[in-house]
Amino acid sequence: MNVVVTSIIVLGVIGIVGAAVLYIVAKRFHVQEDPRIDQVEALLPGANCGGCGRSGCRDFAAACVGADTLDGLSCPASGSAVMKQIGEIVGLAAAETKPKIAVIKCNGTCDLRPQIARFEGAPTCAVLASLGTGESACPNGCLGCGDCVTACPYGAMKMNRETGLPEVIEDKCVGCGACVKACPRSIIELRFKGPRGMRVYVACSNKEKGALAMKECKVACIGCTKCAKECTHEAITIANNLSYIDYEKCKLCRKCVDVCPTHAIHAVNFPVKKAAPAAEVKPKTEETPA
Amino acid sequence: MKLHTFKIGGIHPAENKIAAGKPIENMPLPAEVVLPVAQHIGAPAKPIVKKGDKVKRGDMVAEAGGFVSAPVHSPISGTVVKIDVCRTPQGLPVEAIYIKSDEADREADAKALEQRETPVRSEAELAALDGKAIIDIIKNAGIVGLGGATFPCHVKLSPPPGSKAEVVIINAAECEPCLSCDDMLMRENPREIVKGVSLLMKAAGVSRGVIAIENNKPEAIEALTQAASTVPGIEVMPMKVKYPQGGEKQLIEAVIGKEVPSGGLPIATGAIVQNVATAYAVYRAVVLGEPLMDRVLTLHDGNTGRNLRVPFGTILATLTEGLEEPEKIIIGGPMMGRTASTLQTPMIKGTSGILLDKRYAHRRPVENCIRCGRCSDACPMGLEPFLLATLSRLKEWDEVEANKVANCIECGSCSYACPASRPVVDFVRLGKQKVMAAMRARAAAKKA
Repeated sequence: MNVVVTSIIVLGVIGIVGAAVLYIVAKRFHVQEDPRIDQVEALLPGANCGGCGRSGCRDFAAACVGADTLDGLSCPASGSAVMKQIGEIVGLAAAETKPKIAVIKCNGTCDLRPQIARFEGAPTCAVLASLGTGESACPNGCLGCGDCVTACPYGAMKMNRETGLPEVIEDKCVGCGACVKACPRSIIELRFKGPRGMRVYVACSNKEKGALAMKECKVACIGCTKCAKECTHEAITIANNLSYIDYEKCKLCRKCVDVCPTHAIHAVNFPVKKAAPAAEVKPKTEETPA
Repeated sequence: MKLHTFKIGGIHPAENKIAAGKPIENMPLPAEVVLPVAQHIGAPAKPIVKKGDKVKRGDMVAEAGGFVSAPVHSPISGTVVKIDVCRTPQGLPVEAIYIKSDEADREADAKALEQRETPVRSEAELAALDGKAIIDIIKNAGIVGLGGATFPCHVKLSPPPGSKAEVVIINAAECEPCLSCDDMLMRENPREIVKGVSLLMKAAGVSRGVIAIENNKPEAIEALTQAASTVPGIEVMPMKVKYPQGGEKQLIEAVIGKEVPSGGLPIATGAIVQNVATAYAVYRAVVLGEPLMDRVLTLHDGNTGRNLRVPFGTILATLTEGLEEPEKIIIGGPMMGRTASTLQTPMIKGTSGILLDKRYAHRRPVENCIRCGRCSDACPMGLEPFLLATLSRLKEWDEVEANKVANCIECGSCSYACPASRPVVDFVRLGKQKVMAAMRARAAAKKA
């Protein structure tokens, strides 16, 4: 009995002393933190994707609160509406940003791009990229091991087993750019999502001369410059035998889509054209990966 | 007799050297050659010919693109057809010079080949050459390390200020399974090799030369011992058979007992290591005045092996004509060779073997790591491959660097030793590439 009482008293005293020390230390060394950081953080998605260029959502919140201007601070995952709310909290004007989405600049599916080798090593794009061209002959195309899928913090990418290419799930993609960083071939680009998701882009990254590119893949951009000549908005440039559509300048007229001889230019989410004038003008909408 | 070897790690893969003992066959000069400008480590060479130019056998067609670089010479006379891209065995595009010969060119080349073994320098002239002159000849002959790494030979012979060479070690270990091109070269040309070694010693300004040969090549050891007996300072050292005995750092440790410091150059130990085929090329360049235009490789298809002396620029597919379609093509040996996706690629300075053996065609199925630690036991650099592989799979590059991935020699002993057949070296190599790139970027930022 005596032992029980003694131990209760001893432990109780230790507990009280410990609590007192903790209380004093907590008061003495209390860090005054701006309560707005918590408010801002609560608005952010909390995925710590790094799309803003900061190490995480709290770091971004602290940066917003401590900043003199919100220029250059933008959470791609939340979009303009949330940035506006953040702007109200910190008392600064947030710049209007257009939402972006990841776009796969390769359409070399299993049918269109002949397989020349079979890879048995560690199934990651990073390893495969260090070994050569991968399973097809294209030195710039998708390797198909899905490093982008693993990298996506929003679950917005999936591998299509039939095509061997990754697909972006439009509703989930926030344009954070984690996949862009993960891709060793740099075939993923962040582009404006476009009105109602309509956008036009070159779905190819092959930098080789036309004849070689054609041999490697049936839907490769061959750098023929037809699209650049057709474009009335000076949005298309050709470099390294590869066409590039500047999404800031593109007016979504889709003239380039129709002239591309290899159907390398994709227009997605456009309403299906009524009565295509000729058979060779192929509506690309159905066959493009979303 | 005590056999030398390195202290930690190492494995004993099946040798499969079925081409050993097969005499070297000289392959004919092809009618068309494709000469990539990047056949060595360092800056690619710069083409000095243009379309339509006539070139003669032995002419330089591309000059060195920097200090760590080597020129390229044409093994045939002919006309430059085009300068265009060609494919590496892995399918990646690389700039190359295409040269085609006509009837007259081929006759001239046939005559030149007959005169091949005639020295251009007499003994007296050779004796008059100083180290600097020999290095210049080597540099202009485009000689690179023919063991496989293709590091320009003249760079190693010109050590950075503050370090001094004491010994030239000739790497004749040929520890890669299947390959026997160095073995046959030693059996057939021992005197020339010894002459090349003495030239290398003179160029490096040292009085000691060691030819290190694995003990599984008794004929080569005997031939070289005999040839070296009359030359003072050159010693033939039989080595224990253990992979990777021919790794530069392992060989230095085995021969002179000094360890190359982590992050340091081999010259810090006072040793200059050159491959035995490089020594032979040095002999040809200095004594016969012939730039590096061909090399010996081993062609191994599982049933038969051949040793071929192939002019650079020959399309590899012409060598394998008549053989059945291979399941897998490996350029180099089975341990460190790289898988090729095509044989429509030219022979270059680093091509030491073509391996078509079915036994090496497939990987065993990957299983989970059972933490047995055999990869650590096998690692000749004393690293922890399982840790490095896991860290690089998780993209923890800082940790990968802290665990000394930069010391990895990519010998593949870890993958060989793994009972779960995990792709250990694949991930370690990836981590090494990332870390080396980051280190270079840091060094560049520091300089700027």
